[in-house]
Amino acid sequence: MHTVQAEKTIFQRPESLTETVTHYCPGCTHGIIHRLVAESLDELGLRERAVGVAPVGCSVLIYNYFNCDFLEAPHGRAPALATGFKRIRNDMIVFTYQGDGDLASIGMGEIVHAANRGEKITVVFVNNAIYGMTGGQMAPTTLAGQVTTTCPHGRDTQQTGQPIRMSELLATLATPSYIERVSVHSPMHIIRAKKAVRKAFEYQKAGTCFSLVEVLSTCPTNWGMTPTDATKWLEKNLFAYYPLGCYKKPEEVG
Amino acid sequence: MDQYEVLWAGFGGQGVMVAGQLLAYTGIKEGKNVVWLPSYGPEMRGGTAYCTVVISEQRIGSPIISNPRAAVVFNRPSFDKFSPRIKAGGLLLVNSSLIDVTTDRDDVTEILVPANRMALDAGSPKATNIAMLSAFVGATEVVKYENLLATLEEKLGKKKELLEINRAVMLAGYELGQKAMKGAGKKVKA
Amino acid sequence: MAKILMKGNEAIAEAAIRAGATNYFCYPITPQTEVAEYLARRMPEVGGVFLQAESEVAVGNMLFGAASTGRRVFTSSSSPGISLMQEAMSYIAGAQLPCVILNIMRGGPGLGGILPAQSDYFQATKGGGHGDYRILCLAPSSIQEAVDLTMGAFATAEKYRNPVMIVGDGMIGQMMEPVEFPDDFDAGDPSKNEEWAATGAKGRKARIIKSLFLDPLKLEENSIVLHEKYEKMKVDEVRYERYKINSKNELMIVSYGTMARICQTAIDELEAEGISVGLFRPISLFPYPEKELRKEVDAKNIKTVLVIEMSCGQMVEDVERVVQGVKPVKFFGRTGGIVPSPEEAKEQIKNLIKKPTRAKKAAAKSTSKRKRKD
Repeated sequence: MHTVQAEKTIFQRPESLTETVTHYCPGCTHGIIHRLVAESLDELGLRERAVGVAPVGCSVLIYNYFNCDFLEAPHGRAPALATGFKRIRNDMIVFTYQGDGDLASIGMGEIVHAANRGEKITVVFVNNAIYGMTGGQMAPTTLAGQVTTTCPHGRDTQQTGQPIRMSELLATLATPSYIERVSVHSPMHIIRAKKAVRKAFEYQKAGTCFSLVEVLSTCPTNWGMTPTDATKWLEKNLFAYYPLGCYKKPEEVG
Repeated sequence: MDQYEVLWAGFGGQGVMVAGQLLAYTGIKEGKNVVWLPSYGPEMRGGTAYCTVVISEQRIGSPIISNPRAAVVFNRPSFDKFSPRIKAGGLLLVNSSLIDVTTDRDDVTEILVPANRMALDAGSPKATNIAMLSAFVGATEVVKYENLLATLEEKLGKKKELLEINRAVMLAGYELGQKAMKGAGKKVKA
Repeated sequence: MAKILMKGNEAIAEAAIRAGATNYFCYPITPQTEVAEYLARRMPEVGGVFLQAESEVAVGNMLFGAASTGRRVFTSSSSPGISLMQEAMSYIAGAQLPCVILNIMRGGPGLGGILPAQSDYFQATKGGGHGDYRILCLAPSSIQEAVDLTMGAFATAEKYRNPVMIVGDGMIGQMMEPVEFPDDFDAGDPSKNEEWAATGAKGRKARIIKSLFLDPLKLEENSIVLHEKYEKMKVDEVRYERYKINSKNELMIVSYGTMARICQTAIDELEAEGISVGLFRPISLFPYPEKELRKEVDAKNIKTVLVIEMSCGQMVEDVERVVQGVKPVKFFGRTGGIVPSPEEAKEQIKNLIKKPTRAKKAAAKSTSKRKRKD
């Protein structure tokens, strides 16, 4: 005879997420990153006082997936909205979720100054080296030689400069902050990424500093690859130019 | 009293704006309507800074005064620029310490005030604007002397030493203005 | 409270604080920088938020985020800076958030100059950013009126959940006049904003503050909601002043802000010369006092309407829209920072009401005769 054991939940949807069916492409890692943010909010008990700021890009509809208050920002301005909100409600937890076009191109001014002022906000920066929503155009993080619809012969760095390394750039600021680059293309990397995202929110919860986690992400649709090939391409190409690791901790005096 | 408009002009740093403000504060003290309007254009750097003060018993219309009843000029460029603009029958107060010419106009009363010398004699070049202001008030009685003195004490009374100098200059300027108007119509040299 | 002499910029800044707007974001620009300087000193005294941003683009968006809290928020700038905020204004209006913006206008276009102008009328009243939206726009003509309008603007912005803009020319910012801050002013209660603000999804559903509606029917629905608010403003928020309007007026001036005061002086001086002219001064530029102006213009004695502005002619288009050709609408303006003097206004008026002389009449006749011969 078999012994019937009581059912035990070992995995479930985080409370911070809703039951919305995904609109992201197959193999896109936005879903994973959303989950890491939601799990962190759950674990730290922050959902009820969290306000997210949505970007313009593929994750423009992020607020449909999250079970917390959300603001929808103009392209690139999420750190300015987050600043305005957090300055008044420093008892709340404010985070932005931005892609590479949003944060590193049109929103370069806002992110640099928010980081430099040491706004007590958390930024989740998703870097997939391409514009996704508009259909695969060159991003400031597109690699040299990488083909996109607006650099069909490969990115010519003589014309467009070298790809911008945001984590390294922001780490040069003297203001204390937490900045780490992670990836979510493999289970091992997802576990490490989760730790970084959670740490970023912990710093905000403690009111310590500005925190930013750059997440290397795949875009199989616009890279023109299968999801499996995309993870391989990421590891082979993005890792070389965008090394993973912690670039700045508030404990280190700038 | 109907409306009185006076223009204050000089180099930045001569206390032109402050002189106009002290007059405006005193006007409020007397329950009058006042407008103080500064020039804030590029000319503030190095050239002439000026402001106009309008004092009236009635609601004040235009804050812009093309032809004021009086002009108080602290330096030569201001003299050249503004003395032609005074209304006929109006008043021109000239800082004769720095301006060595007098007006050709015979339809205005011109009063020469050696303001820098008066201020220096009293002990501080900072009191130049007070000499011009008090001479203007002495000549026009637009506001009462004791109210002007009260404004001075309120606004510039923090430094006791300077206040004493200002008081002395104010009395001298006021008397100069009064005396000058007794011979109104003539050029008066102090 | 006794009257005190204050510069317009500082008086407006103090008015915002008195109305409970203790959250201010800014970027320096002449001729309104005293607002920022004043609030940098004053905000810490009232436990408020003062933040100098990296650009007006950021200011507008900080205001967006700040307004999402439901607290009272304020910014000030001058023409080029206001242009940079237009992105945020469109989003704030679309997301239905209240805020108050002060524009101390300077001459444009481009970097223009720093002297007084009224050349941002189109931008302020027709929606300076993209999309179907309007900003409630108020134009004071004295420092006291600027104070009163600013103190009331926050409750109005909350009533409609829409931005309110106070527009003044450079003189409103720079001149000093006696002002009184009313002790018993009812600035309204912002706590009701908690009904829509982002306050955390505790014990309620998550709220989304946005202007994004990818479904065209939903977007149209949102635009109709906005439109209905603007229609309500047209009924309830119209403000204007009539000056010396009577049945003897030969001509009607329409002018706003400081320019209207200059016209008052011209009117007073003409009255002494036996010429009767009335002044209609719109205080709300949007909603425009359409019916009220039309009623005055329709008076039999009014032969001509003269619009005077510190621009090349912007509000005049609204006046023409209202007058609908029933009376001639003439325009006089100076721009670039040049302010028309009462003398110039008088000259314009006199030219318009001048009765044709006999010689001219004769000349006109002979011309027409010649024409007939041809």
